[in-house]
Amino acid sequence: MKHRHAFRRMWGWPIVLGLLTAIGLVSALFSDGGAGDVLAWFALGLPVAVCAWYGWRRN
Amino acid sequence: MNSGKIKAWAWVHKWSSLVCTVFMLLLCITGLPLIFHHEIGHLLGTEVEAPKMPADTPRVSLDRVLETARAKHPDRVVQFVSQPEDDDGLWLVTLTPTPEPTEDFKSVAIDARTGEVLAQPKFDEGFMYVMFKLHIDLFAGLAGKLFLGFMGLLLLVAIASGVVLYAPFMRKLDFGTVRREKRPRLKWLDLHNLLGIVTLVWLFVVGSTGMINTWADLIIKYWQYDQLSTLLAPYKNEPTVPVAERASVQRSMEVAHRQAPGMKLSFIAFPGTSFSSPHHTTFFMRGAEPFTSKLLQPVLVDAKTAQVTAAPKMPWYLTALLVSQPLHFGDYAGMPMQIIWALLDVATIIVLGSGLYLWLKRGHAVRAPAAACRTPQQGEPQPDSSPAMKVQA
Repeated sequence: MKHRHAFRRMWGWPIVLGLLTAIGLVSALFSDGGAGDVLAWFALGLPVAVCAWYGWRRN
Repeated sequence: MNSGKIKAWAWVHKWSSLVCTVFMLLLCITGLPLIFHHEIGHLLGTEVEAPKMPADTPRVSLDRVLETARAKHPDRVVQFVSQPEDDDGLWLVTLTPTPEPTEDFKSVAIDARTGEVLAQPKFDEGFMYVMFKLHIDLFAGLAGKLFLGFMGLLLLVAIASGVVLYAPFMRKLDFGTVRREKRPRLKWLDLHNLLGIVTLVWLFVVGSTGMINTWADLIIKYWQYDQLSTLLAPYKNEPTVPVAERASVQRSMEVAHRQAPGMKLSFIAFPGTSFSSPHHTTFFMRGAEPFTSKLLQPVLVDAKTAQVTAAPKMPWYLTALLVSQPLHFGDYAGMPMQIIWALLDVATIIVLGSGLYLWLKRGHAVRAPAAACRTPQQGEPQPDSSPAMKVQA
């Protein structure tokens, strides 16, 4: 199971963030000022937040 | 992955990015103000708006609107008439010297309730126009568009190869690691990998939809050839219907609305223009649902008789083109999404810039391993011993 663990460690977050992005991009297509738009803001906002968090963080 | 494969992917990544990076930087920078073009238009006062009136205020006949517009430019023909998506109190009439596609157009904004000219907006000058032209065709027409489309294709190749290379680079690192305390090159490499992998899906979608948009002219041409030519066979060899012989456009519009009940008008293409035929006034209707409002239903109305000739279904490739537009513009979920679009755009600029920096500083990577040849301490990360670092040189 070591192999699977390594895969998840490397690709886990990229896959989660990629899926979130895809959900955000599509959900807003089917909404006009409704819940789909709000979902898109969060789903697309999270990857932005991740960029900012790791990009700015001082160790 | 063995080092030979990594080397090959690194070669693909290096060359696909090197060729397109400068153009992608240009597209990211010019695209940034374009995300907010409506808001900037408001601030600059170039955005035309119809004065507020009760929603049920009667409208003047579209024929009168056209007369007013033609009177402003008697030497020109009307090519298109459109209505802003969020403001049906306004008609925007586009006039050109001939029905042929051209860059030389004049616009007249007319109040749909009073029939008065509100403004003659100039869309072909100013800061936003320069940004727009640099973004879509580098002031080089179709050739410029297709060139940028090819650069977009290279970007997609660079993204795909970048994802493949992410694995060997990150083998010993946790997600999000940025090694700041070491050499600056290492910090920028980590930032490049981090921002690149996080913005991956967004950039792939914006890049591919941008590329599809560069083919718009060709897709529309193909549609005319593919779908309209059979519909128009009975009109073959007839010249473009002269203005004097045309039926009322107001009546044609009513007929089109009856043909597509529940839909709203997006724009009208006049006879002989690229979105119509020489014998038809074509009404492009959009749906009333959030998703269908992004799609268009053309209704071809005979310009002489004001009878509907056909309302052909949009083929899949035009649907793909239309759906790819909001996905590229980021204009479909209000201001928060525009801001997110801008932030992701900035992240992309950092990815491109750091990629360029890493290439310019590549010499250091060759020398660095020698300096790092001392015996590594227990538990210390050993970035330079990974095969990925070696192939960059």
